[in-house]
Amino acid sequence: MTIALENEVDAAAARAAAVARPSVWKRLSQNGSVRIGGAMVLVMILIGLLAPLLGTVDPVRIDPTSRNRKPMAEVTVRNDDGSRTARTVLMGTDSLGRDIYSRVLYGARVSLIVGISVAAFSIIIGVFIGLVSGYIRWLDGFVMRIMDGMMAIPGILLAIGLVSLFRAGLGTVIFAIVVPEIPRVVRLVRSVVLSVREEPYVEAAISVGTPLPKILWRHILPNTIAPVIVQGTFICGSAILAEATLSFLGIGIPTDTPTWGNIMAEGRQFFRVYPHNILYPAIFLALTVLAVNMLGDGLRDTLDPKLSKRV
Amino acid sequence: MFAFIARRLIATIPVLLFVAVFVFMLLRLTPGDPAAIIAGDNATSDQVASIRAKLGLDEPLYTQFFIWSGKALSGDFGESFFFKKTVAELISQRIEPTAMLALFTLILAVAIAVPLGVLAAAKQGGWVDRLVMGFSVMGFSVPTFVIGYLLIYLFAIQLGILPVQGYKRISEGFDEFIIRLIMPGVTLAVVYVALISRITRASVIETLGEDYIRTARAKGLPGRTVLLRHALRNAAVPIITVIGIGIALLIGGVVVTESVYNIPGVGRLTVDAVLARDFPVIQVVILMFSFVYVLINLLIDIAYSFFDPRIRY
Repeated sequence: MTIALENEVDAAAARAAAVARPSVWKRLSQNGSVRIGGAMVLVMILIGLLAPLLGTVDPVRIDPTSRNRKPMAEVTVRNDDGSRTARTVLMGTDSLGRDIYSRVLYGARVSLIVGISVAAFSIIIGVFIGLVSGYIRWLDGFVMRIMDGMMAIPGILLAIGLVSLFRAGLGTVIFAIVVPEIPRVVRLVRSVVLSVREEPYVEAAISVGTPLPKILWRHILPNTIAPVIVQGTFICGSAILAEATLSFLGIGIPTDTPTWGNIMAEGRQFFRVYPHNILYPAIFLALTVLAVNMLGDGLRDTLDPKLSKRV
Repeated sequence: MFAFIARRLIATIPVLLFVAVFVFMLLRLTPGDPAAIIAGDNATSDQVASIRAKLGLDEPLYTQFFIWSGKALSGDFGESFFFKKTVAELISQRIEPTAMLALFTLILAVAIAVPLGVLAAAKQGGWVDRLVMGFSVMGFSVPTFVIGYLLIYLFAIQLGILPVQGYKRISEGFDEFIIRLIMPGVTLAVVYVALISRITRASVIETLGEDYIRTARAKGLPGRTVLLRHALRNAAVPIITVIGIGIALLIGGVVVTESVYNIPGVGRLTVDAVLARDFPVIQVVILMFSFVYVLINLLIDIAYSFFDPRIRY
């Protein structure tokens, strides 16, 4: 009898808890921004992954006989065996006769790789520095002065300075965009650590002699996950923009790689006559960044309600 | 008060020092011999040797740093090997377009963004609010150069009412000057407006929830007076802070905008210098922009303590 009653009370409590606070996944899946932004990001990832299957041709193949074609024009392509095939170029061709549609689709790969790796690297490095500097007091002042110094150099300018040091390439661009992002992550993580380190459970862990790395890993790190995921999403968006900007200026990814920034840089020359060379990559770029930012807004509202009140 | 200003000034020193060290190290961190890089590809070994002696590259690093910063403090930033001029001369020729563009954009952006943000906050959930929020999300997602080309296509190529590119100095006539600034200014202002209007909205909404707003309403003040005198004035600190922080965005945008509109300013110079691996110029440009950015934010901080008596640091 009493056991049955206890079971019933437990079940009721469980139900009440479930009603009061639906799981994170459920809350995420109910958020409009997460759904729309997430779906758009997923589509872009699929486009990048499946680029060879979506009716594209070799994005770097130069075809002098069909240069500067307008969108939807018919071109005949001479195959390697001498035969000819007629093809419609959906988004036209550039001044070297390369197919814009194929270049834009392959360009999604570079943008997504840059966005995701910049977010990942800046978070891993930033979380590590932030945890250590927030928890170990004597390091804090020194580390934060360096971070202040890094923040004093406007982000894109710091990236430009770093790019100029090394040979142009994907790795250089990722590195150059990661560095300016690190201090922002460090500040965020450090502020979480400073508020969490005084919590009773941390004191309890210290008092039973838990080693420092374990305190950081088990008790402090989990508190930083939600704000860091949100921050990482926004970093991903701004990194995609930064890469496109650097490539557009001609100081990013080498010009023979099809990236959205490179396609637009190439299209500048004949922009007045053939605006489509800039238009199509621009649409893809803006939609991708928009999707990532929407996803970030939605994640912030669900995972980190305190942050959403601030801005 | 003076104690605060003094403390704030002292806190700026390590920041500026870090920037100086970073900029100094930029050339020393490059793979290869800095003297050979400065001399360029076609230099003889004598030229390389003379540059090495001039820069003191045979001295230990810290001595080099003191030589370099001592020269920089006296206005000697070295010589651009690409433009064949001293860097100081080069910058002074290029500074006017950049300063004018930045100033024009700043005024334009604040004049548009603050009223928009206040309106959005006053009618939360209304159409202005949705417009402002939608615009700010768009503004953060569309790159500056795309906005630039969109405007050129619409207003210069299709409608033909504004010049495509270029810059005219103020001394060549004000009309010519301002008409060429309109499109670059609007282009650059978009992301800045997005940022400022969003913060204005959030900040005003927060102050509208304060008790003194209810008091002001209760004693029968008209809605506009409450909004502007009481809410906006108290919401000003975060708004001005963001205007200051946004200068970083503005500087990044200047580099891009000047390239799109072919404006012969410091931003264009930056890109040209990187393409030519002209390190003396890159160094000075980064140094200059960063110092301007830090000093503007320092002034803003100090200005608060004058204008807002509640702030006691």
